[in-house]
Amino acid sequence: MNENPSTLEIVTKDLTSHIRITKPFMLWMGFLILGLLVCLFAYLQQLRYGLGVAGIRDYISWGLYLANFVFFVATSLVGMLISGVLGLIGIKWVTPISRIAEIIAVGFAAIAGVVIIMDMGHPDRLAYVFLYGRFQSPIFWDVTVVTTYFVLSFLLYLIPMIPDLVIIRKWIDKFPAWLTKIYRILSFNWTNKPEQNKILQRLVRILLILIIPMALAIHTVTSWLFAMTTRTGWDSTLFGPYFVTGAFVSGTSAVIIAMYFFRKNYKLDPYLTDLHFNKMGKLLVLVMLVYLYVNINEFLVPGYKLKTAEAITLLDQLEGSNAVMFWLVQICGLILPLILLVFSKIRRPLPLMIISIAVLIGAWFKRYIIVVPAQEHPFLPIQYVPYNFKFYTPTLIEIAITMSSFFMLLIIITLLSKMFPVIPVYETAKERGLVINDEYANDEYANDKYANDEYANDEYANDEYANN
Amino acid sequence: MGEVIPDSNQESQPEKNKKTSRRKFVRNLGLLGAGLATGAAALEAGHLFQKSKFKGKKEVFLTQDNRLVEVDSLEVKAHEKPAAEILQEHGREGLPGHRWIWVIDLSKCRNARKCVMACQEAHHLRPDQFHINTLEMQENKHTPAYHMPKPCQHCDNPPCVAVCPVDATFKRPDGPVLIDNERCIGCRFCIAACPYSARMMNWSKPKYADQDKDQVYNIELNIPQKIGTITKCLMSSDRLREGKLPYCVSSCPNGVYYFGDEYEDTVTNGTTKETVRLSALLSENAAYQLMPELGTKPRVYYLPPEKRPYPFEPSNDAEPKKA
Repeated sequence: MNENPSTLEIVTKDLTSHIRITKPFMLWMGFLILGLLVCLFAYLQQLRYGLGVAGIRDYISWGLYLANFVFFVATSLVGMLISGVLGLIGIKWVTPISRIAEIIAVGFAAIAGVVIIMDMGHPDRLAYVFLYGRFQSPIFWDVTVVTTYFVLSFLLYLIPMIPDLVIIRKWIDKFPAWLTKIYRILSFNWTNKPEQNKILQRLVRILLILIIPMALAIHTVTSWLFAMTTRTGWDSTLFGPYFVTGAFVSGTSAVIIAMYFFRKNYKLDPYLTDLHFNKMGKLLVLVMLVYLYVNINEFLVPGYKLKTAEAITLLDQLEGSNAVMFWLVQICGLILPLILLVFSKIRRPLPLMIISIAVLIGAWFKRYIIVVPAQEHPFLPIQYVPYNFKFYTPTLIEIAITMSSFFMLLIIITLLSKMFPVIPVYETAKERGLVINDEYANDEYANDKYANDEYANDEYANDEYANN
Repeated sequence: MGEVIPDSNQESQPEKNKKTSRRKFVRNLGLLGAGLATGAAALEAGHLFQKSKFKGKKEVFLTQDNRLVEVDSLEVKAHEKPAAEILQEHGREGLPGHRWIWVIDLSKCRNARKCVMACQEAHHLRPDQFHINTLEMQENKHTPAYHMPKPCQHCDNPPCVAVCPVDATFKRPDGPVLIDNERCIGCRFCIAACPYSARMMNWSKPKYADQDKDQVYNIELNIPQKIGTITKCLMSSDRLREGKLPYCVSSCPNGVYYFGDEYEDTVTNGTTKETVRLSALLSENAAYQLMPELGTKPRVYYLPPEKRPYPFEPSNDAEPKKA
């Protein structure tokens, strides 16, 4: 390991050293796949016996699954914050973090799509959403924007990586043949010519601009699944911003956790430095301050008025049956981390990572607090039904199915990080002023010929035009 | 049968022999015309004979829009579409020319729960599934408690229909909000959107799943109930089609329910079968709707629980208890 990587070769070697199959990797994947299989067995039970195997019933009909869906959509938003907003502003320190943010975005968005299928009473009728889709329904909007966001995020992960794949193919030859083949296909004949660079940069820029409204859309629309109803606790005009700002908190903490483990396991210390953690810690403080502000609005405004129906839902959270969870989430997941992270000593990698885990867990339970308690107090009383209709308790099967989403997520993140460099090689080298000339562009001649053909084609076209 | 020579002959003739004189052509044309006329006459005669042979056998039918029509038995054919498709079409179309309306007199409800039971029996529901439920209500501790039968309000601006992503639940022109089992994907957005808690889900295998397995799905009755789909009050649309009162309305022993047609301005009491003027009933008794401030425009009216001739008796089963 070189402390101050000074040549392209060293940078490339450092940043690709983790792309190999190791024993810990096999063990970790084995654990994830085993866990996933156990959870899939639970899902088979649900397929066979219906959603009744979960604790949800007619009155509280959206439970863990939907809270989990909101959490996954929320966390995927961070791709837009780091690559999109910070990248477009031109902030330099995000270079080694942007791809990690995109991994988080791609993984969480993909699993969000899977999670929502787990919540369907008839998953076999998924195609109906497209066959008979009604434009009036927020679900239709949600399906559209989440799919679009996933595609955009995936492109933002893939396209900036094209030059990397050519560089590492040139410098490193220890990869298995199939991986080299994938690299060749995904690098789209990249030869680092100035024209190609120009196209690539323009394409990435367009994607970065597109991803911002799309990310705002996915979580605003997800909040509308709730805010478009008349239920107390959901019937709020603030729900869009409430969800989006909350999403930045959970996403930023997820990126910090991923950064920490990538740095530790993949030996990326010279690239993901303490400075990067410090900056990410500050970013977390910023987004948490914004979220705190929105929270004060969301609870103080109805809390001051205490209108009859809203008072029941609100007081139940502040001092009723959901109060313990509510205050744990607000204090341990928001206020305490906020105070701690103000101190620069806490913003070092390890303590920052631990706090981020607390924030992320808090963010998950926050989604639960948003989704479930509002349904416990409908306008009309819940009567003549069994006890479990009135008080929701998740079942073991339900918890296992929910956990399957995390196994799938970790599998995606692990595979992506094991197959491709987690830190952009090309951009890192460029930023460090290392020479990247055309020495690896051996297909240049072929390209030129192609260009000539194109020219010939143009001529032909002109002829045709003349004939007409 | 006297098949007619296709007129392509008529055109090909002059083409074949270009030298043919005009006279010959006219003669051929005349011959062809005569042949055509003879053939047509023979066909018509045959048809008239067939018709006269079966004439006199008329059958009488009631059309969908309640007109009696006479049809010759010769013309009567079995419908080409399968029964399931016809039931779907009728179910979505409804009964044109009607606007069904419901009036519930709270002063008469003694919580007999006969309506609940009749409904659950008709729609093959479990005891904990309610298309209609009688709730114990009390506005505050100084006002008297009362029992309130609560079916789906069949809103004219139904929030459940708005949020359905696949058009499984829909508003019918004659009033009721129905649900299509064959379409529902089980997302439960409608449950979340309904402020009246009027919608239920078949969380597990329905009570009569095995028994109803081979039955053709009737969208107006929602039988067979299907696992993983929504079930809800249907205003007994199948009974309305037969010209009868809904199951709950006709099973009430206490005269709570009035049901009728808004267009005719009349409603009939399900117990006494007395028919009264709707507008008079509503205005004389200060009728109200449930949560009209939500903008849902319910089709169910309530008459306030005033001057009840008996005391309020709370039920032991109302409040959910730990088993």
